[in-house]
Amino acid sequence: METLRRSMLFMPGNSPRMLQDAAILGADSIILDLEDAVSLTEKDSARILVREAIKTIDYSAVEVIVRVNPLDTEFGAPDIDVIARVQPHTLLIPKANEDEIRLVDKILTKIEAEEGFPSGGIKIIALIETALGLENVFNVIKASPRTVGVLLGGEDLTADLGIERTKEGEEIFYARNKVATVCRALKVDAIDTPFTDTNDHEGLNKDTARGKGLGLTGKAAINPRQIETIHSVFAPTQNELKRALRILEAMEEAEKEGQGVFSLDGKMIDAPVINRAKRIVDQGVRLGLISGEGGAK
Amino acid sequence: MKITKVAKAGTLESNDILIMVSPKDRGIIELDIESIVMQQFGEVIEQVILHKVQEMGVEGVSIKAQDRGALDYTIAARVETALNRAI
Repeated sequence: METLRRSMLFMPGNSPRMLQDAAILGADSIILDLEDAVSLTEKDSARILVREAIKTIDYSAVEVIVRVNPLDTEFGAPDIDVIARVQPHTLLIPKANEDEIRLVDKILTKIEAEEGFPSGGIKIIALIETALGLENVFNVIKASPRTVGVLLGGEDLTADLGIERTKEGEEIFYARNKVATVCRALKVDAIDTPFTDTNDHEGLNKDTARGKGLGLTGKAAINPRQIETIHSVFAPTQNELKRALRILEAMEEAEKEGQGVFSLDGKMIDAPVINRAKRIVDQGVRLGLISGEGGAK
Repeated sequence: MKITKVAKAGTLESNDILIMVSPKDRGIIELDIESIVMQQFGEVIEQVILHKVQEMGVEGVSIKAQDRGALDYTIAARVETALNRAI
């Protein structure tokens, strides 16, 4: 079964308390951050602490993602060399571009061979936060078969574009569209940029729904209080689940009768509608909203 | 591994430990531990620190540890960082 990535919670890599709590806060994925959350003088300390945390703490209920420093800094290569050897599920590569993803893939392949890990086991999520990265996002993803998703970094991207970042997010409309479309085309996850006002839950709800409405599949969080709201937006509603189940039932009936296209409640049901219904039912099963047999709980 | 200078790692925040290391003559390992859970976990903290010192092949060192309820992995990580910084 595919990894569920509705929420990705950033946790500072140099905080023992937060590293210990990270697994139990309810996020689907946790991002142990060695980059922006760690000061330049503590990069060595955070790297070792995160390595020891992954070796020791039971993170089996979440996807462990480590955001390493960019490879064009003195910290990037040692981060990957130390962290990959304790087998996190995934590395998050900041300011991702095609060449860097290719290089990370090569380094990981070498480390996996040295350590006797399965080749290709450690995955990559590309953090798209530059204009160049955004325009080249298709090739960034294609640069490594390890790439399982893209995280859109709205703050750095708008800084790179020289425009103001607002709560309404109009300025990243194109970026969200582009990331969502390319990720859907290449069948990888498209994770939305975090909503930075941690006290505005209504704003978070709207912002999450806006991303979901454009095709994004999950959202990053910077505070554990944001997780519940994000999950509630990304969960299918009861009405969506009921309709999806009815579509699949009608499809089975139509198949028995040898019909390719059929109608339900006066509307034609064809392959795209059936595929969407299958996705909704699959998500409902994974979230425990309906049973594996398709019946409502 | 030869310790040549004084170095620190960690913090005094809860669940963390502040480690300060300084050079000592070969063969001398000095340990001074202060902890909010000294009675319950003093021995374990000492073992974790000494294990890391041995693992890294340190010749001589004085270690002052101010613990704020750190788990073993944090203690090991902070000692390793402090020793690396003191080379």
